[in-house]
Amino acid sequence: MNIKYLMMVGAMSTLMGTAAFAAGHAACGPDGQSIRILASDFPAIHAVAGTAEENCASGASEFTRNHTTEARQIMNAALTPNPAEYTSVIVANSTLTQLMNDGLVRPLNDLVDKYGANIPDNLKISIDGNVMAIAFMANSQHLFSRTDILAKAGIDSVPGTYDEVLAAAKAIREAGIMEYPIVMNMKTGWNVGESFNLVFLAHGGEFFKPGTAEPTINSEAGVAALNTLKALVEYAHPDHLTQASNETQGLWEAGEAALGIMWGSRGAPILDDEGSTEEVTSNTVLSAAPSVEPGGVPGATLWWDGFTISTNVSDAEAEATFAALASALTPEMVAANNDDAVWLLEGFKPGAAAAGVSATAQGGAAPYPMLPQIGLMHNALGAELTDFLQGNESAEKALADAEAAYVTAAKEAGFLK
Amino acid sequence: MKHRTFFWFILPTLSAMILFIALPIVSVFVQSLFVGHEQVLVVSESCGPFGCKESTKIDLEATEKLREEAPLGKFNGAGTYLNRSHLAFAEIGVAWAETETWGEFWSVVGDLPFYRALAFTLTYTAVVTPLVILLGLAIALGVNALPKLFKGPSIFISLLPFLVTPLVGSLILFWMVDSDGVIGATIQLIFDDPNLSLKASAALTWTMLIVYGVWHTLPFSFITFYAGLQTVPDDILEAAKVDGASKWESTLHVVVPHLMPLVSFVTLMLLMDNFRVFEPIVSFSAEAHARSLSWIIYNDLRESGNPLYGSAGATSMLTIIGVVILLTPVLIRTWRDFNRKAH
Repeated sequence: MNIKYLMMVGAMSTLMGTAAFAAGHAACGPDGQSIRILASDFPAIHAVAGTAEENCASGASEFTRNHTTEARQIMNAALTPNPAEYTSVIVANSTLTQLMNDGLVRPLNDLVDKYGANIPDNLKISIDGNVMAIAFMANSQHLFSRTDILAKAGIDSVPGTYDEVLAAAKAIREAGIMEYPIVMNMKTGWNVGESFNLVFLAHGGEFFKPGTAEPTINSEAGVAALNTLKALVEYAHPDHLTQASNETQGLWEAGEAALGIMWGSRGAPILDDEGSTEEVTSNTVLSAAPSVEPGGVPGATLWWDGFTISTNVSDAEAEATFAALASALTPEMVAANNDDAVWLLEGFKPGAAAAGVSATAQGGAAPYPMLPQIGLMHNALGAELTDFLQGNESAEKALADAEAAYVTAAKEAGFLK
Repeated sequence: MKHRTFFWFILPTLSAMILFIALPIVSVFVQSLFVGHEQVLVVSESCGPFGCKESTKIDLEATEKLREEAPLGKFNGAGTYLNRSHLAFAEIGVAWAETETWGEFWSVVGDLPFYRALAFTLTYTAVVTPLVILLGLAIALGVNALPKLFKGPSIFISLLPFLVTPLVGSLILFWMVDSDGVIGATIQLIFDDPNLSLKASAALTWTMLIVYGVWHTLPFSFITFYAGLQTVPDDILEAAKVDGASKWESTLHVVVPHLMPLVSFVTLMLLMDNFRVFEPIVSFSAEAHARSLSWIIYNDLRESGNPLYGSAGATSMLTIIGVVILLTPVLIRTWRDFNRKAH
């Protein structure tokens, strides 16, 4: 499924949209309500929430936005009391389940009927027919390549599989260009867990026995994934277990890496003319995340960001908040902030910075699992896998440890008996 | 003092301590005995921009019902204390039965999260505490011997590490030891090894954390000892001089014994602080090589989406027990000193 297709659906449903939108008039909800938004802190989210504020703040009694990198940590506590601290939280795949686990976000079906004429069906995140969130942008990990360095090492095409990535890294090292050509987000904890997820999904791994919370990561796919990961980090800087997005982006912009598996959202900041040299930016190519076999599933997790509405607020506040946020999802907003994200909305012109996410989605990468217990699994992986990557234990032992850590936590959280 | 008067004097402090120290500990203890309710999972279909997928979700109504019946959770007794994330007696039993040598046995135990964290926490405490006391005393003696003009500035400079917020201080040091940073690059130059990285090896990471710990807490012991030095009676020192004691001898036999009560106090404070080592691990991104008990609590509460209160509570209680065990010898000593002086 590619971005163009996603957008075409969007465009079509806008054409079929109601007159309220055709008139080009932002439809805000009931007047005099309080709209309070909690969201992460990056430009694309500011663009959406900011446009909502411009459109509808005048009719609201209060319009506040709290943009914080700690949104995920505080959202459950903030939405639990009645009335909730925020009327809306802007979430991603993983954080939506965290709110749904506690029943803190409400189904949006009736609000979508009333205000969501411009929202295409594929952006409605629905669970058993209940729309729980409205997505507006996509993100995923994918491959970044420096074509000039690859060419110097005698490689004239961008690698498509893990083997090709490894072969390219080997060639670069042997040509004496770089000792550590690969960068990946391997910081112990969430990042190393996520890096495992990518390779695991590329190997066709399943985290759980379907329909249950029983772990199935200590499998052939798990061992293969860990071995691939280990082979990759042989070519990564020795400090890789301390490197997350900011560090890997820094290395890339400093011209100290030639092959990177990083977030798509880092594409635009890397390609812009700040923080790096012309040599780096003009030779950086963004392509699909590598797969195991040629044409296989790309090793990535697809993410969306979208907005939700709290359960514990009055219906009028919920309606006003939904209308305000829905009013921001317009081609004008996208046009004004085109390069801030891979928008899933009408009007998006995919540039070079969006090529990687687009190709990864088109290649059939899996979305980040929306399962209630995935956070516990992710945390267990993040804590236990570094022993293997440091060479202290076997892949099987590391996976068995991760499963044991997960089972202990899942029992405490009530997912397993 | 009459018991009655004493009671009225102590009452405000006592009630504040009960309210802010004892009750929270009791609450944490109670929480550590419970685990979450069973989460009723149902198969569902979730759709989004990337297509539809068979998935599972929590049956909120069924789960809510369980929650209402017992708001604290499911009683688990000491179960959480004994599970793999904590004391792991079952896993240790298996390791004991299945391993041949001590080395193998300890490597299995060292791989369990609690013992791994305990190993680092104890090492850190055992190395940092004496180093800070000895170096603090040395610096205090040195500064005390300086001419008056230099005393003020040297005290100020010696106090600087303490003024920096731990998180910020360790972040700065973290960037300095980066292979592109000033310390990291210098070390690479000295050892002529362009691939030497302080962050990549467990031994060097431990060393780095310990050096940071010493650097950061040194001013505390320095300033305490320096204050103590101002109370050393001059006449005793002069008497020692008259008796022919060298400077070193009078330091060892007059000054140090005079400072002993302070040494007990500093040891107490340092043991408690060092056993709770946490910030440097986070800001040095040292989790791959070094984890402490406090880091486990943080990880349980923060990283998994749903906070594991029971698990965090159990680790907290075990940390408190650890601190009590460590402090006991020092407390016994202080108690004896006190009794000796009282009678």
